[in-house]
Amino acid sequence: MVSFIFIMFGLGWGVSSFLICIADEGPKRAKRPQPPRSGIEFVSPEIRAFQEDDFSSPAMLWATRGEHLWQETAGPRGESCQSCHHDAAQSMKGVSARYPKIDEPSGALLNVEARINRCRTEKQKAAAFAYDSESLLALTAYVGLQSRGMEMKVTIDEKNKARFESGQRLFSTRIGQMNLACTNCHDDNYGRKLLNDTISQGHINAYPAYRIEWQDFGSLHRRLRACFYGVRAQLPTAGSDELLDLELFLAWRSQGLPVETPGVRR
Amino acid sequence: MSVAKISLPKSVNRGESVAVRVAIQHPMETGYRVDNKGKLILKNTVREMNCLYNGALVFSAEMGSGIAANPYLLFYLVAKDSGLIQLNWVDDAGVKGTASALLTVV
Repeated sequence: MVSFIFIMFGLGWGVSSFLICIADEGPKRAKRPQPPRSGIEFVSPEIRAFQEDDFSSPAMLWATRGEHLWQETAGPRGESCQSCHHDAAQSMKGVSARYPKIDEPSGALLNVEARINRCRTEKQKAAAFAYDSESLLALTAYVGLQSRGMEMKVTIDEKNKARFESGQRLFSTRIGQMNLACTNCHDDNYGRKLLNDTISQGHINAYPAYRIEWQDFGSLHRRLRACFYGVRAQLPTAGSDELLDLELFLAWRSQGLPVETPGVRR
Repeated sequence: MSVAKISLPKSVNRGESVAVRVAIQHPMETGYRVDNKGKLILKNTVREMNCLYNGALVFSAEMGSGIAANPYLLFYLVAKDSGLIQLNWVDDAGVKGTASALLTVV
């Protein structure tokens, strides 16, 4: 562990140079790895085989459950997702590829999880699901499945610019006892080893995903919290504005990668 | 509510051996873990599962805490007649689940 900290200190002084890079399009002063490489390229062949076969992929169990929930009624009016949105294969196609998004009337930044919960409380008049609950994960997985293979594409405009920049700031700010920023690993050192794992570029195109480490299916925010824990920083709550900002930035950063939801990761 | 599913080839020839794949969504709690307040999480694994082929038992397994979450099993049987393959499982909490699939023999 001592040698690991030492290496990270050594890498630290290259960080200041990254801010001057300018991407071809999108916001200025933001950088992302070129070309983007999905996290699936950094995992073992066994895990990759897991994700590629829909039957053996444990993540698909959650999507299948989400398919049941899609038709299940909730709230006093006895409405299901299907009552309004009909066939998910049509209505939900591409949704996960363009989220998180600013909700028009309220101005709030919503990811797919938050969107589902908003639908539940405002349209179905039912109780919201807890953030990492099995039902919310299952529905998010099922909605995500409808965009599988489509390119990740969020638009950064005047409305979400402030949130994007806040996410970008979080990504490149050193935090925690380890004094590390996301960018120190996922921009500067991807492809190299951290203990026994190969550091990925930190893309979010497979989430929510099944993680072998968790033996469970989990949300992106759970995964992000694991990174905060890794650098010994204070953990933001799942679904908090802070993590939503980061999610927006990460979605922009993953642009061009195919949606793999529900994916499998180590 | 838990999901279980069975995968079979589209159709098989009579007398041929068939790979049956089974997956059950289950946390398979080992009984050794504690929650974030330090309280022991009760052991809860799929205790027993069996598969019936047209009503006859063709495969059964007793599982415990050594099996990973969301167990995935593969076994072979010899195709005799077209019919129903049914999976039943029960866990330590007494929760039961079932799944079925049709085997088409040509």
